[in-house]
Amino acid sequence: MEKFLLKYFTLIRVIIAIAIGIVISIFLIYLISEEPGFSLKSFLLGPFLSRSRLAHVFETASPIIFCGLAIAVAFQAKQFNVGAEGSLYLGAALGTAFGVSTNMPAFIHIPLVLLMAGLAGAMWSFIPAILKARWQASELVSSLMLNYVAYFIGLYLINFHFRDKEAGFLVSYQLPESAWLAQFIPGTRIHYGIILALVFALLVYYFLYHTTTGYEIRITGFNERFARFGGISVFKVIILCQVILGFLAALGGMTEVMGIHRRFVWQNLGQPGYGWDGVIVAIIGRNHPLLIIPASFFLAYLRVGGRVLNLMSDVPAEMITVIQSIIILLITAEAFLSKWKYRITVRQAERGSTA
Amino acid sequence: METILEAKNILKVYGNGVIANRGVSVGVEKNTIHAIVGENGAGKTTLMKIIFGIEHAQGGEIFFRGEKVNVRSPHDAIQMGIGMVHQHLMLAPDLSVAENMVLGNEPRRVRFFLDTDKAVEITRRVSEEYGLPVPPDKKIKDLPIGVRQRVEILKALFRNAELLILDEPTSVLTPQETEILFKTLKNLKEQGKTIIFISHKLKEVKQIADRVTIMRDARVIDTREASELTEHDIAHLMVGRDISFERLPQPIQLGEPVLLVRDLSYVNDEGILVLNKISFDVRSGEILGLAGVVGNGQTELIRILAGLLDPSEGEISLNGERLVGLSPRKIRELGLCHIPEDRMEDGVAEEATLEENFILDRYFKRGFSKGIRLQWKEISKHSRELIEKFNILAQSTKTPVSSLSGGNIQKVVVARELSSDPELIIAAHPTRGIDVGSEEMVHRLLREARDRGKAVFLASADLDEILKLSTRVIVMYNGEVVAHFQDMSKVAAEDLGPYMLGVQREEAVSGKVSA
Repeated sequence: MEKFLLKYFTLIRVIIAIAIGIVISIFLIYLISEEPGFSLKSFLLGPFLSRSRLAHVFETASPIIFCGLAIAVAFQAKQFNVGAEGSLYLGAALGTAFGVSTNMPAFIHIPLVLLMAGLAGAMWSFIPAILKARWQASELVSSLMLNYVAYFIGLYLINFHFRDKEAGFLVSYQLPESAWLAQFIPGTRIHYGIILALVFALLVYYFLYHTTTGYEIRITGFNERFARFGGISVFKVIILCQVILGFLAALGGMTEVMGIHRRFVWQNLGQPGYGWDGVIVAIIGRNHPLLIIPASFFLAYLRVGGRVLNLMSDVPAEMITVIQSIIILLITAEAFLSKWKYRITVRQAERGSTA
Repeated sequence: METILEAKNILKVYGNGVIANRGVSVGVEKNTIHAIVGENGAGKTTLMKIIFGIEHAQGGEIFFRGEKVNVRSPHDAIQMGIGMVHQHLMLAPDLSVAENMVLGNEPRRVRFFLDTDKAVEITRRVSEEYGLPVPPDKKIKDLPIGVRQRVEILKALFRNAELLILDEPTSVLTPQETEILFKTLKNLKEQGKTIIFISHKLKEVKQIADRVTIMRDARVIDTREASELTEHDIAHLMVGRDISFERLPQPIQLGEPVLLVRDLSYVNDEGILVLNKISFDVRSGEILGLAGVVGNGQTELIRILAGLLDPSEGEISLNGERLVGLSPRKIRELGLCHIPEDRMEDGVAEEATLEENFILDRYFKRGFSKGIRLQWKEISKHSRELIEKFNILAQSTKTPVSSLSGGNIQKVVVARELSSDPELIIAAHPTRGIDVGSEEMVHRLLREARDRGKAVFLASADLDEILKLSTRVIVMYNGEVVAHFQDMSKVAAEDLGPYMLGVQREEAVSGKVSA
């Protein structure tokens, strides 16, 4: 039993954290809501109660997976670049610009638009990368600041050059149909972006754990001096992992545009926010590409539950964010339950020594 | 005899499941020098850390001066009268000796300001009381290691330590400095202090200790009067088998120079001349020893040879190929391997698995990858071979290196570097902090490499190691080669000391070194 606990300690800890988070949310909802039973049901079960809501979980998970993968590649090399949001925003804006200005058959238009968006995102994250590799500027600070720059460049581009004046909202022209990702389940908006996200999770997993370049990235993350000592070009790793981050994050944004909105719609600072969700799922999934998939679905479930709660009940939106944050906080707290683990370890070791 | 400290049935398990002390009991008698010896990972340092309050035991009791005590932190220990001088000295390098002395209970002027005059006065008084001279106004970073250590001892005495714990104090000292330390310790004993002395070096234990506790595998094997034991007995108890102490037979065949170093200089970021026109050769079939007090440019020299640091001037060639300006990988490809000075910083990635550590310098080669694809099956097979061949204690090839003991981690480094089929082996402190058994193995491997006609360049702070292995020896002081010994049969540790301390130097050494 105890051996089992030790082996699956991380998983068990996540489950307990979620349970505690939910208990705290129940408590909070009882404090706030006039009809706590109904509110609670909306939050926890809401996402499963209709076909469209369940579909919404899948739709939301797809860009989060891309951003989680993006962040994971950089974090594995211990490059704390948080620029997924900026690359996502600018990549999607430039990709949209390219998409609405061109017209070609779908089988070539789709990959080309994705490629353009990806390259734009990659070029954007090349900036903090080269600043770090060449001048040791903290990628955390520069990528954070560049997120704002990306936001305003993207906004300028869409509003002054690609704005659809007939739409009534501040949005770009619609992409030609040849650049749409099809929604393949009738009655939902689940599109091929989710398939692409899963494929990329596998690709990133293979890349990190089964290729020489992936090895270089991980070893640099484990111990940079060791990597240098063995002749790995740390310069190359620092640049490469961040460029990949930008590429993947931009794909997340572009697939969302091509699959759901079909035009560039994000006009407010903080929208769409998937870049930050990417950081969260990368931490929950311990930067492992395959664990990022369930982590993304879980976060998407929380987000959708929050939206249902907001629509259906009297719990204010701010409170929903608080509840979500508590759950995420508990999961990401590394030292949570570590004393318990330590006690089991000690008991096991003692038993092992007498045996 | 009165027992000042008694530890009973101490049990300590670390978070990763390693048991460092299992039922350890030791009694230390007042007014003695008590040595604790054992292989690395035997649990000596852990026991001391528990007594000093840095680590906490899961079981057992500690009695100090007859009373049961609960040491929660070093602060508690100091209050009780226990002082500890750590292996890596814990002094603020940019502060003066006096400032370091009073750190933590400073004499104040107007409540907030350090009374420097008073601090100097205190330092002088304590220094005279115990007969340990130190310069109160000098900054720690400007002092030799031996003097720094003396400051640490004084600091503990100033805090009224009755029991002084020294964790491998001689590992950083020259023979002359060691002599001075031993005089100091004997002096302190005369004044009624008790000293616990942790060491690997059996000769020193015999020389200074009254009683000896031998630890092996997290247990106490025995505590005996030092006079009852020979060095050989102690070694036998420590390792559990016999160990050879002979100097190695010298090679017959000396080959051509493999490594040529000419007029190598290095100025560091702070503008200090760390290496000053160094020239020497290492020939195939020999082990060239590099002696010197730590911090006289050896670290920089070795990093430059391995391509990890760029020299300011000078030339290096390996089998005729210029090395200056090449990347570490190219240099390795030319046949250099490097056992680094700091194994945890440079030698391994702790959280990575054994096999990931083994392939650092070869993952891109045939047999380990095809195109971009890593061949994990082949890698695991290769790793299992290395584990077997180098006798590494590990559960599997997928175990993280951090779960191994210090000696086994060093074996991982040695296994990787020596299995790369090198022409030149650079070994920096290859046995620092590892147990006698592993040490013997590393020495044997270096000797075997030498006999196969490889060139070996060995830097070590341990003079016994240098003398035991080297064909020739050069001594570095203050960034220069100050002495060169060709005939090792006539050299003893005491002959090297004056050169290491810069008291003496050979004229026109650089001409002689290139044999």
